[in-house]
Amino acid sequence: MSTVIVLIVTGLGLGALYFLIASGLSLIFGLMRVLNFAHGAVLGVGAYLGWWASVHVGGPATARMLVAVVAGTVGSAVLAAVVELVLVRPLYEREVAQVLVTVGLALAIVALLSGIWGTDPKVYPVPSWMTDTSSVAGASIPHGRVVTVLVGLVVLGLFVLFLRRTRYGLVVRAGVENRAMVTALGIDVRRAFTLVFTLGGAAAGLAGALAGVYFGSVTPGLGSSLLIYAFIVVVIGGLGSVPGSALAAAVVGLVQQFTNYYAASGIGDLSVVLLLAVVLLVRPQGLLGRAL
Amino acid sequence: MRRAQLLGGVALVVVLALLPFSALTVPGVLPGEFASPGTLQLLAICLVFAALALSYDLLFGFTGLLSFGHALYFAVGVYATTIALSVWHWAPVPAVLLALGCGLVLSVLAGAVSLRVRGIAFAMVTLAFAQAGSVLVVQDPLRVTGGEQGLGLDVSRLPDALVGVVNTRNVYWLALALAAVVYLVVRLTTTSAAGHVWAAIRENEQRIAVLGVRTYTFKLLAFVTGSTLATLCGVVYVLLVGGATADVTTPEFTLALLVMVVLGGSGVRWGALLGGFAYTLLDQRLGALAGSDTVAALPAVARVPLSQPLFILGVLFVLVVLFLPGGVASLVRPDGRPAGSRMRLPARKRARA
Repeated sequence: MSTVIVLIVTGLGLGALYFLIASGLSLIFGLMRVLNFAHGAVLGVGAYLGWWASVHVGGPATARMLVAVVAGTVGSAVLAAVVELVLVRPLYEREVAQVLVTVGLALAIVALLSGIWGTDPKVYPVPSWMTDTSSVAGASIPHGRVVTVLVGLVVLGLFVLFLRRTRYGLVVRAGVENRAMVTALGIDVRRAFTLVFTLGGAAAGLAGALAGVYFGSVTPGLGSSLLIYAFIVVVIGGLGSVPGSALAAAVVGLVQQFTNYYAASGIGDLSVVLLLAVVLLVRPQGLLGRAL
Repeated sequence: MRRAQLLGGVALVVVLALLPFSALTVPGVLPGEFASPGTLQLLAICLVFAALALSYDLLFGFTGLLSFGHALYFAVGVYATTIALSVWHWAPVPAVLLALGCGLVLSVLAGAVSLRVRGIAFAMVTLAFAQAGSVLVVQDPLRVTGGEQGLGLDVSRLPDALVGVVNTRNVYWLALALAAVVYLVVRLTTTSAAGHVWAAIRENEQRIAVLGVRTYTFKLLAFVTGSTLATLCGVVYVLLVGGATADVTTPEFTLALLVMVVLGGSGVRWGALLGGFAYTLLDQRLGALAGSDTVAALPAVARVPLSQPLFILGVLFVLVVLFLPGGVASLVRPDGRPAGSRMRLPARKRARA
């Protein structure tokens, strides 16, 4: 029983990371039809900026971790906004070219990260209370995992509030539904594009810093390995649906943890892939996506 | 026109085939004179990747199928050959046939499943299959692939002519033959009746389906042809580098192929060949540039980016996509039409827009 609880918490923690990456990807794709391959690199930049900032401030580990999270989130948001304005905007209406630009950018950014900081893992500041465990129903739960899940839930809440309760959220939802109609009604949908890119970048940067805390260190390849699973989460959840991404992220995280533990290491990754294939063949629009 | 093209191609192959007898050097680009084993090995790798890029272009540029799983079929060629030769101690010919058979069967099965969906979903399913292959190779549940360490090729069963530094020129000719064969196959198929259907599918799949053509069958044909050619490239590659590593299974490997094809010009045969050749050459040689004294003397701001070949290639690629959408090939295409204007994601034909 206790093993099951630990697996649930770690699975959900991993799912929370996937969700943070996938939510941005899903919105960007839903609205702009861009499969953003640079999202993993944006995450990597956030993770490294957070690490860099935490090294350059003193104080207790908790403060340094918070600095890392803030620096990572802000840095990635700025980078994503610049990418949208400078590289993606000139290519509107050329969807394959937009994908290709993000592919090239991902290559360049990851290479730059390893050029500046090397390929060795950088150790993240993790306060001791994060690695301590509490006993819940006989299971030792690391606090850090719970914090990750909570952050994921908060971001999900913020995204839903933004989409349901704000004017820009309305524009984004309408744009996902029918971009041409929104434009025809005289709304500059391009500002929504920039906004979605920035928000997605912020979530990715947050995910980068949290992944540093979750795994204890960061490497230049961190983003691309997480990005693959985030893509899978986005497709399983339904392109353009944030709640769908949340649901799929939880499912994928849990499936991965449980099969990795009970079957064999690596089978978890395979079963996620299998899950994707099954979902796509049975329900091509994803769990909560709308029929295309 | 056609005859001129043909003559040009034959002349190029003859010149390339004669290179191992040349003492010429290209300073800065090649590590030594053409006849030296190091240079021949480098050129052979470039030729294999040129062929591989062309096999990918058959899917992406000629049929409009954006696959993120092409690395899988290359890796099948690499690993099946290595395992058959080194672990099971098969003779070379059955090993190569086994690899090709595996590539063929796997591409039929995976293609049949993934082609049931279109556009981005197709890209994702192919990515998922490739990721599954990558996980299998790295985790190595059957204890045959060597995991992340990779697997060396047992050369004792290979003919002597393909083994050793002295015989690098033979391996180089093999790679040249591979590039020529892949080019001929792609040329024959893309100019055949099926090739015209592929082009039509790329331009507007709905329209060709309305005409009563079973597009699924034709897409599967393209998928299997391109993938099996990739397996063939994998077989030659492993004979060339003498071992299998998990790098060739990763999604990044497929992305590199996409970069090669777009740099050279998608949907143009020689463009994809050129893209694969140039990308590989740059990737291998920019590292040497990075280690040179000129770069080491630069201030850190310039030195750090220049020391990363992938950074330079990534930036170059972004610039090409932004300012030269048809790739290098569009600079010299006789009709002046950028090849990039034909690139479309197959599905979601703006039906909802």
